[in-house]
This record gives sequence, structure tokens and C-alpha cells, in this order.
Amino acid sequence: MQLDARIPAGPIEAKWDRHKAELKLVNPANKRKYTILMVGTGLAGGSAAASLAELGYNVEVFCFQDSARRAHSIAAQGGINAAKNYQNDGDSVRRLFHDTVKGGDFRAREANVYRLAQVSASIIDQCVAQGVPFAREYGGLLSNRSFGGAQVSRTFYARGQTGQQLLLGCYQALARQVAAGRARVHPRTEMLDLVVVDGRARGIVTRDLVSGAIRSWAGDAVVLATGGYSNVFFLSTNAKGCNVTAIWRAYKRGAGLANPCFTQIHPTSIPQAGDYQSKLTLMSESLRNDGRVWVPARPGDTRKPADIPEGERDYFLERMYPAYGNLCPRDIASRAAKRVCDEDRGVGPGGRGVYLDFRDAIQRLGRAVIEERYGNLFQMYERITGEEPYATPMRIYPAPHYTMGGLWVDYNLMSTIPGLYVIGEANFSDHGANRLGASALMQGLADGYFILPYTIGDYLAGAGPSRIPADHAAFQGAQAEVAGRQRRLLAINGRRSVDSFHIELGKLMWNKCGMTRSAASLKECLERIPQLRAQFWEDLRVLGTGDTLNQSLEKAGRVADFLEFAELLALDALQREESCGGHFREEHQTPEGEARRDDQNHCHVSVWEHQGPDRPPQMHEEPLQFEHVPLATRSYK
Amino acid sequence: MDFTLHVWRQAGPDQPGHMELYQARDISPDMSFLEMLDLVNEDLEKQGIEPIAFDHDCREGICGMCSLVINGVAHGQQPATTTCQLHMRHFRDKDSIYIEPWRAAAFPVVKDLVVDRSAFDRVIEAGGFISVNTGSAQDGNCLPVPKDAADTAMDAAACIGCGACVAACPNGSSMLFVAAKVAHLAHLPQGQPEKRRRVLAMVEQMDREGFGHCTNHYECEAVCPKEISRQFIAEMNREYLKAGLQAH
Ligand SMILES: Cc1cc2nc3c(=O)[nH]c(=O)nc-3n(C[C@H](O)[C@H](O)[C@H](O)COP(=O)(O)OP(=O)(O)OC[C@H]3O[C@@H](n4cnc5c(N)ncnc54)[C@H](O)[C@@H]3O)c2cc1C
Ligand code: FES
Repeated sequence: MQLDARIPAGPIEAKWDRHKAELKLVNPANKRKYTILMVGTGLAGGSAAASLAELGYNVEVFCFQDSARRAHSIAAQGGINAAKNYQNDGDSVRRLFHDTVKGGDFRAREANVYRLAQVSASIIDQCVAQGVPFAREYGGLLSNRSFGGAQVSRTFYARGQTGQQLLLGCYQALARQVAAGRARVHPRTEMLDLVVVDGRARGIVTRDLVSGAIRSWAGDAVVLATGGYSNVFFLSTNAKGCNVTAIWRAYKRGAGLANPCFTQIHPTSIPQAGDYQSKLTLMSESLRNDGRVWVPARPGDTRKPADIPEGERDYFLERMYPAYGNLCPRDIASRAAKRVCDEDRGVGPGGRGVYLDFRDAIQRLGRAVIEERYGNLFQMYERITGEEPYATPMRIYPAPHYTMGGLWVDYNLMSTIPGLYVIGEANFSDHGANRLGASALMQGLADGYFILPYTIGDYLAGAGPSRIPADHAAFQGAQAEVAGRQRRLLAINGRRSVDSFHIELGKLMWNKCGMTRSAASLKECLERIPQLRAQFWEDLRVLGTGDTLNQSLEKAGRVADFLEFAELLALDALQREESCGGHFREEHQTPEGEARRDDQNHCHVSVWEHQGPDRPPQMHEEPLQFEHVPLATRSYK
Repeated sequence: MDFTLHVWRQAGPDQPGHMELYQARDISPDMSFLEMLDLVNEDLEKQGIEPIAFDHDCREGICGMCSLVINGVAHGQQPATTTCQLHMRHFRDKDSIYIEPWRAAAFPVVKDLVVDRSAFDRVIEAGGFISVNTGSAQDGNCLPVPKDAADTAMDAAACIGCGACVAACPNGSSMLFVAAKVAHLAHLPQGQPEKRRRVLAMVEQMDREGFGHCTNHYECEAVCPKEISRQFIAEMNREYLKAGLQAH
């Protein structure tokens, strides 16, 4: 496997501009001769599909929901970063770049991150022009808030529904292209395989989730914008349908998969209430702007929060990280919360929770201001827990939330398979070992609006229009494999439901490969996952048939892939003998319990190459160089 | 808690549907409605009965995918709450619960409780956007938007496109959905150039899709999980009239 990141030469500030000028172009009249297959309609896929269609390409778009507008991006609450410096508080491209590299614990590529910071400002402009109703000040100008890991106010937001509004912006732009005949959207359609012909991505195989029909799509390039894999933990803040299938299928067809062990545990989710629970609900990080995190100072204190006097509360983030306080980055806040709960100072059922308290903010600003800022989040909390956060502090606990790992891509966002591009959360590119809040929306839209539309043209211009039809032998083979797999899942006819396997896998991963990991716990994972997988293929029960809507069959396919992928995740976590960002190995910590990176041996991207069913995957390294943000121990103290 | 469920089952669009009786046992009051259904489905599978199909994804009230009529009310009795955010603590032990799909001419049933809402996408495609190509925007702060206008636009834009408004309307009208999009864009300066064209095209498409007419029942507003105001319908009617007059 060749890992050429294709980072352009020259000073970091000039790389992207120079690169754009050197990329080959497709003549406007020829663009319609190229078909691009876009899998996913979240912020990344939606924005890319719309932009490519505007340029004149022929775009086929796929998603598994019943409408492109329902992609998981819709659920993002808090906001989107951009280096606009509208607040005059010292922000700049350089600072956003710096914060992101440091926030990612020095495991991202500098050149990519710099470009991300550069294009961030254009994203806001584009969204405003589309009519995204961002929050505004009385003077009519855009408003900002702060997010974790930054000391400037650079986050743009639309109440607590920023993802929804940004997604509707690109969904509407895509709708315009559908009306213009340049894009077609295929909802309730799931990609189940990638087709590679002569080393190039040439198409995909899909299943129509309503009719069950399996068919092939041929194209000149395939783009995966299929989101993250947090649902490997079963319980996460992600939507129920989020899955790893698309990138896992691509991996098995030869695409390198990078840093799967970099998973993010978000500190502020509503704690789990019971075993029946089907998902965890995030409380946006923006709440940490005004909420203070605390637990009782004394272990085993079960008094009501209101009965615990000020002197007996431990505002542990403010105490441990005075410079950033409640706004320290997610990995750090999550581990601190776990630690105080492990000390028997947690609150709520099972002692797995900490308070997020708005008492002081309400006193300072008044209830009306808090209501305007967070009203819908407070409502959501009350609906789920039956408690009123204006009166009683919220209870929160960490939850799997985002995955920094994903398919490896070069500077052009192309995977190791020529013609296969990967954008948004599905790729590994910009967040290193930990993503900062409000940066995923920024990255998804940067990839989709401002990067891919430039870089994909270079590939297409070089390759020329494909002449490989959808009935080529490679398509027939892939289609037969997909159909065979569906039949096998239906034929097992065992005793256990798909969910029961998914829940078991999730528990294993959360307990042994979650917020903290050790060589012993990871080896246990590596032993148990194959056993569970074998059980799955012997004892699964999927009722019904493959030729209608069959939600159990859909889930079964996704869980089957999670059961394979989980093993690679654990393997990656085991080989990374260091702690960095969201990856915390118990063996590698400082005496104060902070993460200890090993830049000597692990300052690289770990890229896995599939070697077939019978051989272990092979790991390759892409070394990382830090010329602009000097390698340093991350400190938020 | 225990419940008796009456659930609409329908094998496919062209098949007849009917209500089936199921029991939900040992339900925790802290469960969401869909978690209760998960449990029932798990039970059905054990008995060799195909699980009940229903749409859902985010389970936090924002994607607009979940869509159940519960005891005759779209998304159930709880105000401003989607089906996925409805919790069992709002029901009484031993209640009978009737669960049906959205019912509207423009939303054909796909299977059981799942319906086809693609008509909404086509209404947006007809004009629910601002025509601006990527890359052609000026600086975001070059265009001040009065805060109250931005807030009103956001109130309208909060629509999640779930279709409860259509399901609740005796005429199967989608006026609230369409009006919300028209109002979102009409309240912003960016939306002005295409204002007339947009409302005419969207209303025309709405009629073409077989949605009914609004006869002022306002059941839509009552069930809307995002509390979209019927005020927007009145605004859209005015916009439509104005646009129609100017077009002639
Ligand atoms: C609750 C929550 C709140 C968040 N808040 C913020 C925030 O405030 N700020 C921020 O920056 N980030 C936030 N994030 C993270 C951010 O929302 C996501 O990382 C981002 O939206 C991912 O976008 P995407 O386009 O890559 O993928 P997604 O939006 O996940 O879209 C994936 C798309 O791929 C499709 N798909 C997947 N697999 C297949 C397949 N096999 N076949 C066909 N289609 C497929 C899906 O249908 C969907 O259309 C939040 C995340 C969560 C969970
Ligand atoms: S499942 Fe998303 S709104 Fe209910």
C-alpha cells in the first residue's frame, strides 16, 4: 500500500492556493459526461453533491433515511467554528489551526488542518447566503459563543439546532440541483459494496430498502460521506442508523483505514437510565459556557444537590484546569468525570453522573437569557429525565460521540483506491486523536463545499470518462456477493435478535475499549469479538424476507460489519502504546493521571490494510511532522 | 407498567392493513415510546412474529423520521413532543394504546407504520431554496439582518419535516410545512429576490402531490412537535395572493 499524502510544497499559508492553481480542470461542457456517486447526504455529502452538481457534473446521491434532510448531521446542536474574528478577540486562521492541532493532540496532518482553518470563513458566508438563520445581535450582525479547547469566541450557531439549519441549507441547495436535473437522490437505499475495476473505484452495489432490490451503479468516481462509527459501542449519541458498513466494505476492497482507535467520548450526555436504553442523548457542549460542573467533595454523599453547601462541592474542572475550567477539551473533561465517579463521588442512579449547574448563570444573567440560549436543550433534558434544569442541576455523564478515525485520505481527500474519495466524519483527516467542539460541522462543509469540488476534477480530468458499464463482471460478482450475504443472514434462523448481539458487542467495547484501555482489556476484546462473531453467524434470527422493507435485516448487515470492524479497532488500540487525545492507555499516564504521548514511537497515522479473510491486516505508518505547532505536552491548566 | 397495544399492520402498499393486538409487559416509566416498541418487537421475534416496522433514527426529536399516530393523535398527547421523545411516564398502567401510521392521500403506507413522505422533498425541490452557487457569497456580516427577523426566520426554520401536520389535518393538507419554509426564507433579506416565484411554485407542487386544502382547523399547529405557528399559514396566504396578483 502506497501512502503518499501528496502535501503540496511551499509555505503552509500558500499550499492550498498554489495547489488549487495546479489542479487539472474539467472543461465546463465536459463535466456532464462524468457521473459521481455520492454516498451520504449529511453536511459533507449534501454540500458536496450540491456543489458538484452546480459545477455541471452528473451526481447520483444515496442515503438510507427516507429523505436526504434526515442525515445524522441534523442532530448537531451547538455550533460551527470559523476564524472570522468578528469578536475582535484575537482569532485568526493561525490560531484556529493551532487550536485544532493541539486539541487533536498532535496526531493530525498540519497542512490539512491549516487548509481547514483557511476555508472556515467562507463556509459561514456561504451558509448565510443560503438563508441559514444564524443567531444575531441587535445590530443585525452574527453572534458567537465559545466552545471547548479555545480561548476565543468563534462558534456560530442557530439556537441549539445548528446542524439542522446547516443541513437544511445544503439539502435545499441539493434540492435545487435535483430540480435542475443534475442530481438525483435515492433515499432508503443502502450501499453494501464498492466495486473496484483495475485498481480504480468504478461503482457501488446498493440495496433498495423498500423493495429489497440489489443493483449496481457505475460511475467515474465514488465519494463516501457516510459518517462515523460510534455505534460500535451500541449506546452512543449518534442516530440509530449510523454505521460502519460503507467504509468497512471499502476497506475490504483495499482502502486503507486509519486510526480506528481514535474515538471521542463526549463529557456531557444524559446518563443512562436503564438496561432497555436504546441511545444516549447529548447535551451540547455549549452548555459548558454557562454551566458549572461539580460533584460532592465527600465520597458517598447522597444529599440532594440543593442541600450540599458551597464549601462541600468540588468544581473539579475549574480546580484541575484553571486556565480553561469548564471549557477544557472533551477527552480531558470526560476522563476527569470518570475519575470522580470512580472515587464514589458520582451522582444519580448508579453513581455514574456529575452535575452541570446553571444556578450561578441564572443569578448572573437572569432566567430569560439562559432560556434564550439553551431553552430547547433544557426542554429536551426535562422530557427525558422528568427533571427541571432551571431548578435542579442537570446530571451528565460521558458517552461515545464522534470518531476521529476513518478511511485514510491524501491531501485531495482521495483514499488509497484511486477514484474513491472520503469526506466528513468518514475520513480520518483533520482532528487527530481528539476533535474540538464545533469542528465537525466545519470540516464536513469544508470538505463538501470548498475542497472536494476542486480536487475531484483533477482526478476526473486525468482519468477521462469511464467506459465501464454496470453489467461488467466486477459488478456482477459484487452484486452476487451482496445477495449471498443477505440470504445467509436470513437463513441462519437461530434464537437471538440482532439487537442482543449489538448490545453485547457495545458493552464489551465500552468496558474494555472505551474511555480507558489497557493491554489486558484489549486482549480480552480480541479474544471475545471473534467468539461473538461466530455466535452471531450461528445463532442470529432474522424474520421475514429480503424482498420487502425488513429493518431487522438492515440492522443485521450493519451489526455483522461492526463485529468485524470492532476487532480492528481493538487491534489498533493495542498497538498504539501511548495515550493521546481520546485514546487513553492506562499504562501510559503521568503521575497526575494525564495522558502521556510517545512522540518518539507513535507520531504517525496508523493505516490498516486488509489482507483477505485468513490473514491478519497489515499496518502501515504515515509519519507526521510538526513544523508550525511545536510538539508539546498538551496543557489546559 | 403493562399495556395493551393495538397496532396497524400492513404488509405492503397494495395490501390491506388491519389492527393487531399485542401486550407490552414490564415497561419502565422512564422508557421512551420507541424503546417500549423495541421491547415488544424483541418479544414478537421470540414468538416468530415479524417485528413491527416503524421509522426512526435520531431518537432525539430532530430528524423528523419517527411518525406514529398514538391514540388518534400524531406524535401522541404530549404537546411539543415527537414520538421518540414521548416517555411512558405519561401513560397510565394497564392503558390500551392505539398505534397507527400517518394517514394522508399524499403519504402512502410503505409497510406497517412506515409511510412514504417523498412528496415533501418534491415540494422543496419546486422552490424551497435560495439560488446561490457555492463560492459566490459575500462576507456574512455584509448583510445585517435585524434580530427579530432572524428570530422569526428561525422559528419557521425549526420545522423537522415529520409530516405530523399533514397526518393531523382532516384534509391532509401540508400548509403548515410549506408555510414554514416560505416564511423562513421570506423573513430574510437573502430570500427576497425569489420570494414570489418560490411561493407560487411550492403551492403548485403541493397541490400536485395531492395534499388537501386548508380549511382553518389548525390541528396541524396543535400536533406540531416544534410548535410552528399557524401565523405562518396566514402569511403564506398573503404572499401567495400578492404573488399571484403581480404575476398577472
Ligand atoms: C448529538 C450530536 C451533536 C453534535 N453536535 C455537533 C456540533 O455542535 N458541532 C459540530 O461541529 N459537530 C457536532 N457533532 C458531530 C457532527 O454532527 C458530525 O460529525 C457530522 O454531522 C457528520 O457529518 P457527515 O456528513 O460526515 O455524516 P452524517 O451526517 O452522519 O451523514 C451520513 C450520511 O451517510 C448516509 N449513509 C451512511 N451509510 C450509508 C450506506 N451504507 N449507504 C447509504 N448511505 C449511507 C446516511 O444516510 C447519511 O445521509 C454532533 C454529533 C452528534 C451525535
Ligand atoms: S427519531 Fe428523529 S425525530 Fe424522532
